[in-house]
Amino acid sequence: MPNQPEANNWPRWFDPRSRSLGTFGFILNRVTALGLTLYLLMHLIALGQLARGADAYDGFIALVKNPLFKLGELLVIAAGVIHGLNGIRIALNSFGIGVRCQKGTFIALMLIALFIIAFFTFKMFSEG
Amino acid sequence: MTEQLWQVHFKVHRQRTGGKPYVRTFTLDVDPEEYILDAVERIWALHDRTLTYRHACHHSTCGACGMRVNGREKLTCITTISSVTQNGGTVRIDPLRNFPVVSDLVVDMGNFFLRMDRSGFNSVAPLAAACLPYEQPLTAENSIDHEPERLVDCIECGLCISVCPAANTDKEYVGPAVLASLHLMYVQNPTQEFIDQADHHTGLWRCHSAYECTEVCPSGVDPAWRIMDMRKKVMSDRIKSIFRPRSSEKKNAQPA
Ligand code: SF4
Ligand code: FES
Repeated sequence: MPNQPEANNWPRWFDPRSRSLGTFGFILNRVTALGLTLYLLMHLIALGQLARGADAYDGFIALVKNPLFKLGELLVIAAGVIHGLNGIRIALNSFGIGVRCQKGTFIALMLIALFIIAFFTFKMFSEG
Repeated sequence: MTEQLWQVHFKVHRQRTGGKPYVRTFTLDVDPEEYILDAVERIWALHDRTLTYRHACHHSTCGACGMRVNGREKLTCITTISSVTQNGGTVRIDPLRNFPVVSDLVVDMGNFFLRMDRSGFNSVAPLAAACLPYEQPLTAENSIDHEPERLVDCIECGLCISVCPAANTDKEYVGPAVLASLHLMYVQNPTQEFIDQADHHTGLWRCHSAYECTEVCPSGVDPAWRIMDMRKKVMSDRIKSIFRPRSSEKKNAQPA
């Protein structure tokens, strides 16, 4: 990869080596954004399937009851929670709020995210 | 000086202009409290006179000796060997990123200096403006030399540009130091001109809040805070402008 700035240097965004906490926030936001965009696309394709009648609908519902789909749903929830909370931190910072304590805010928000994700994991997988 | 010498392997980035990069390893016996720049100079003096690198002051003032040490941006004249490795360990030395390599550890910072110049960067400022706005300002009475001005903190080393993930993919992005300079100029002279220079998609809004610039800055400039402070100004001006009557409405509101 060239040393000077180039658009195709983007894989370096995801390289966490020799980086500080801020980059982890940056990486998390990008990964979750990509994940959510992909989900939206898949969601639209799945909705398109429903228009193909009752059998297609039943088949689809049976498919989404699969534990693998549940795991996927959990990942979507996790991505939404992480991206949303991290986004609040960045938006507040852009209004000049909490810039000097952004690291502490990041850790606190990610702990909240972890708690919410754990709650949903329990809810989704305990109900069978 | 400590008594015991350490044996350290220095893996140094080598590259001729436009050529393929490669790594050459030099093993030196060093005092662990020596600086990385001392080791680089020793490599040049005793092992390989073709190695190129930049330095001048040796005391964190000129900003010339910035390199990546084990992947992290450092001013090598103030980075001790013991802070980055151990006896028998390895130290990787690479040029700064986000600048074209001229040769080995030397990068072309011409564009960066031009941008700093265009921002109106002035290395001297009145005491109250030279520090960060959230710091306790010095006064001529309580400063050491009783001078009314001092050198500003930014030494134009470029470490913040090298570490910035946004600068990594956008060559038009002016980068943290230039935005910090515009903020510094705005603090001294609050005119719209400096805000306008920063308020565009390759300026304030290209920053993606990784805060790495503030982490690596060896001089306490806190570019990330300055960027966010300018964003606050731009955002509050925009919000106020929504509620401000337009100039035509203003005219109509004036008594005949
Ligand atoms: S802001 Fe800090 S890291 Fe950036 S050029 Fe100035 S002194 Fe160097
Ligand atoms: S040699 Fe001047 S800052 Fe390091």
